[in-house]
Amino acid sequence: MSITPYKKIVHDGLWANNPALVQILGLCPLLAVSNSVVNALGLGLATLLTLTLSNTIVSLIRDLVTPEIRLPVFVLVIACVVTAIELAMNAYLHELHVILGIFIPLIVTNCIIIARAEVFASKTTVGRACADGFMMGLGSTLALVLLGALREALGHGTLLANAHLMFGAAAKDWTITLMEHYHGFLLAILPPGAFIGLGLLIAVKNVIDSRIERYRAQAVSLPHEAGAKA
Amino acid sequence: MLRTGAALALFAVAGTAIVAYTFDQTRARIAESERAALLSKLHALLPPDQHDNDLLQDALEVTAPELGPRAVKVHRARKGGLPVAAAFTPVIAPDGYSGPIKLLIAIRYDGTLAGVRVIGHRETPGLGDPIEEARSDWILKFTGRSLDNPQPPQWKVKKDGGAFDQFTGATITPRAVVKAVYNSLNYFAAHRDELFAQGAADGR
Repeated sequence: MSITPYKKIVHDGLWANNPALVQILGLCPLLAVSNSVVNALGLGLATLLTLTLSNTIVSLIRDLVTPEIRLPVFVLVIACVVTAIELAMNAYLHELHVILGIFIPLIVTNCIIIARAEVFASKTTVGRACADGFMMGLGSTLALVLLGALREALGHGTLLANAHLMFGAAAKDWTITLMEHYHGFLLAILPPGAFIGLGLLIAVKNVIDSRIERYRAQAVSLPHEAGAKA
Repeated sequence: MLRTGAALALFAVAGTAIVAYTFDQTRARIAESERAALLSKLHALLPPDQHDNDLLQDALEVTAPELGPRAVKVHRARKGGLPVAAAFTPVIAPDGYSGPIKLLIAIRYDGTLAGVRVIGHRETPGLGDPIEEARSDWILKFTGRSLDNPQPPQWKVKKDGGAFDQFTGATITPRAVVKAVYNSLNYFAAHRDELFAQGAADGR
């Protein structure tokens, strides 16, 4: 378990075991905040940072923590990390913090974080735990941003609206208007839009996976055919 | 057993220390951000050149049924010691379509509206949210209005025979906002002088 190669960690986090699309974990914030790219990115990055830090800390203290107190200690670590991040966001990204509101503290209850601490970080080296946290967080963020882009484009006809809340005044004109005078497709912004969008993303991922599998199967069987003909 | 307990206690202490340290490090900055955010909202309605006092300092709290169920901060603008305007935040319009709508309402000393802004709501996106300044200019049309403009019976949405537009598919939201603004104007008209008379000591 402790010698998972880094390549596998990257592949698992981003694709094969993507927290949002495969493990389907931590959906509450995912669905609630993914109504625009900037909101999704904000929450995604906060989750990424939390996962990386909590995984690293959990791995660092793994020899000190006896099995009986494992869960309370992990919860404590995660809660501390999230609280610290929330305070920092409130201080330095105040307006974004106002928008994301309750969903930042709710990262504590995001089961993907305790899941990675328990399943992976507590049993492996610091470097691997850190990489796993980062990659799982990145996978989550990418799925979130994709869903956010989908919903924002359909719902408002824009992309990256309000980017200045996150990147400062220079980003005021980053907003891409896909369609002028677009009235918006309400369903995409409302909660059902999040479920439908996530369903579509999972479906697309599964289609790609099955295509890859079929392609691989062909690639394996081809030499045989070639051999048979020869 | 004892060792496990001690370890857990140690982690609790360390965790609390980290949170306490972060809190201490960010406290000043958070207070500053909140101040700046509030001030920029107030300045949008009461430009800094129209008054010479500190809006955040010169404030008091009032509770009145016209302004909603909770205590409302009143920031007073003065120039050369004379009253200029008062900004109420948050005025609660309790009868929004999906819950209360929080408003910032600034009223000049002569009883005209310096402006109204929505600072929080949960109305349906796409239907009720044109009350936001970012989505439409509907909320800007309050500026300059007063209890005589339009006359009190006209302080309603058009559907109810009043002077204010409603939105396609959403009447309840603008109706709630119009009513809250009207109530606030009435409150201001009745309490204007005592609002400006009270010392800033009540404020924080």
